Amino acid sequence: MAELGPVLEVLLGGLMSGVLYSLVALGFVLIFKASGVFNFAQGAMVLFAALSLVRLSEWLPFPVAIALTIAIMIALAWAVERLVLRPLVGQHGLILFMATIGVTFFLDGFGQTIWGSNVYQLDLGISASPWFLLENLFPGGILVSPVDVFAAAVAGSLVLALSIFFHSTKIGRALRAVADDHQAAQSVGIPLNQIWLIVWSTAGVVALVAGMAWGSKLGVQFSLSFVALKALPVLILGGLTSIPGAILGGLIVGAGEKLAEFYIGPAIGGGIEYWFAYVLALAVLLVRPQGLFGEKIIERV
Amino acid sequence: MNALARPAPFDQPATPRTALAVHNIEVVYDHVVLVLKGVSLEVPEGAIVTLLGANGAGKTTTLKAISNLLHAERGEVTKGSITFYGEEVHRLSPSELVRRGCLQVMEGRRCFGHLTVEENLLTGAFTRKDGKAAIQRDLEMVYSYFPRLKERRKVLAGYISGGEQQMCAIGRALMARPRLVLLDEPSMGLAPQLVEEIFEIVDRLNREEKVTFLVAEQNTNVALRYARYGYILENGRVVLDGPAEALRDNEDVKEFYLGLSATGRKSFRDIKSYKRRKRWL
Repeated sequence: MAELGPVLEVLLGGLMSGVLYSLVALGFVLIFKASGVFNFAQGAMVLFAALSLVRLSEWLPFPVAIALTIAIMIALAWAVERLVLRPLVGQHGLILFMATIGVTFFLDGFGQTIWGSNVYQLDLGISASPWFLLENLFPGGILVSPVDVFAAAVAGSLVLALSIFFHSTKIGRALRAVADDHQAAQSVGIPLNQIWLIVWSTAGVVALVAGMAWGSKLGVQFSLSFVALKALPVLILGGLTSIPGAILGGLIVGAGEKLAEFYIGPAIGGGIEYWFAYVLALAVLLVRPQGLFGEKIIERV
Repeated sequence: MNALARPAPFDQPATPRTALAVHNIEVVYDHVVLVLKGVSLEVPEGAIVTLLGANGAGKTTTLKAISNLLHAERGEVTKGSITFYGEEVHRLSPSELVRRGCLQVMEGRRCFGHLTVEENLLTGAFTRKDGKAAIQRDLEMVYSYFPRLKERRKVLAGYISGGEQQMCAIGRALMARPRLVLLDEPSMGLAPQLVEEIFEIVDRLNREEKVTFLVAEQNTNVALRYARYGYILENGRVVLDGPAEALRDNEDVKEFYLGLSATGRKSFRDIKSYKRRKRWL
């Protein structure tokens, strides 16, 4: 019992940080699923959303700042659709990917130009002092951060809402149709421009949620845009097209890297958690290229 | 350019309205490649009209010019006009055109592989605003024409057979309640028996649901049996047009498109210019 306490605590901590990875991965999945574009700018969107929120909340009440940030993210989605996606429609996926890299650098720079490049504190009004659970079972209990619990709850409900949206609404069905075949979707009258606007706006809102969670943990600063890199192994693990996959992938990566650090770390000197996820992703790629929940590549023979 | 004297296209008592009129259009890809060099055609309401020609003749380009799907392939209509029920539609978005009742079933079926058959059909109703009950009724209508789709409604469209996919693509188009369907090579990759079945259903839809069809085909034989009027495209130009029976009896069509000649079926052995040898090497 005595050794189980720390393990559980590490596991729980890992799962919680995994949820945060999932939040970022979710934005990638949304855009990839509905437009076949791997949006490298998702990390920059997280930073941009968090920066906007922090700076706006300095002179506006918090709920108003959130609403305004959502409006900004929708405006951003509109601009990306209008200026980047629409002129490039029908181009190869790699070209669209390169375009999103351009958007990344623009957003990183532009965001810091207008909002400033300091480290800003984001206070969500959740007490930072950790909770101690199951103190009667383990000596000292299990330490849990309320912010992490909050992030997990938000991520959970976001996933639930998005799954329902994708699978049982007309727009959701259209989104999946567009993901399968742009031109065929266009031929049955689905307006690509509107669909892309919806998807990028949704991804913008998801980026805001991710930005809030990460920002309250790390502070809102430039390095936030690098959390996107942690989402890559999550995507490979969960599958690029699966919303539940993004969540489960995040949990596995989060728990895996913390447990690896805990068990193997001391033996080889630590630092495992920085590369463990990528090795895991590599292994998954070898065995199951579409990821755990990715859409099977359909090939009729 | 027209070898046949052109009679009134349809010998019906009252002249039907013109659903689609394409007037002298030119299409350029990538700003330089001239693919259509002045194509004109007319589709009267309630007819099945066919567009014939070999690979690369411009059939698909013509259809995409009408349905405005060229943009994604960097093609552009640079000259001429396209009217749908008298209105210029050349600048409308594809989804606006679908809303007005003109839509294309693309070559190669193009079903949404990761959606079920029923979901595929429902995507066709995207532009409709007349309520769930009406859409449900049309779903049953589509299933009554394609009973096989009903059996496979829960299966992912990527896993059904080619013939079923073609049915799914046509059914999906019907869900939009179209007045005119541009059908691009429905026979592609299908067994002769299935081709016949598909055309039989197109014919029924034309008669019973009053859907007008413009069908691009390479299978001249089948197309001319079901269509009322035909256009033959070569190198981006209409070289011949006329009522289907007249085309079927035309000596050139017989020889070049139906493989028949005055002396009966022609063997490829007798055609000198056909470089058979190279094919086998």
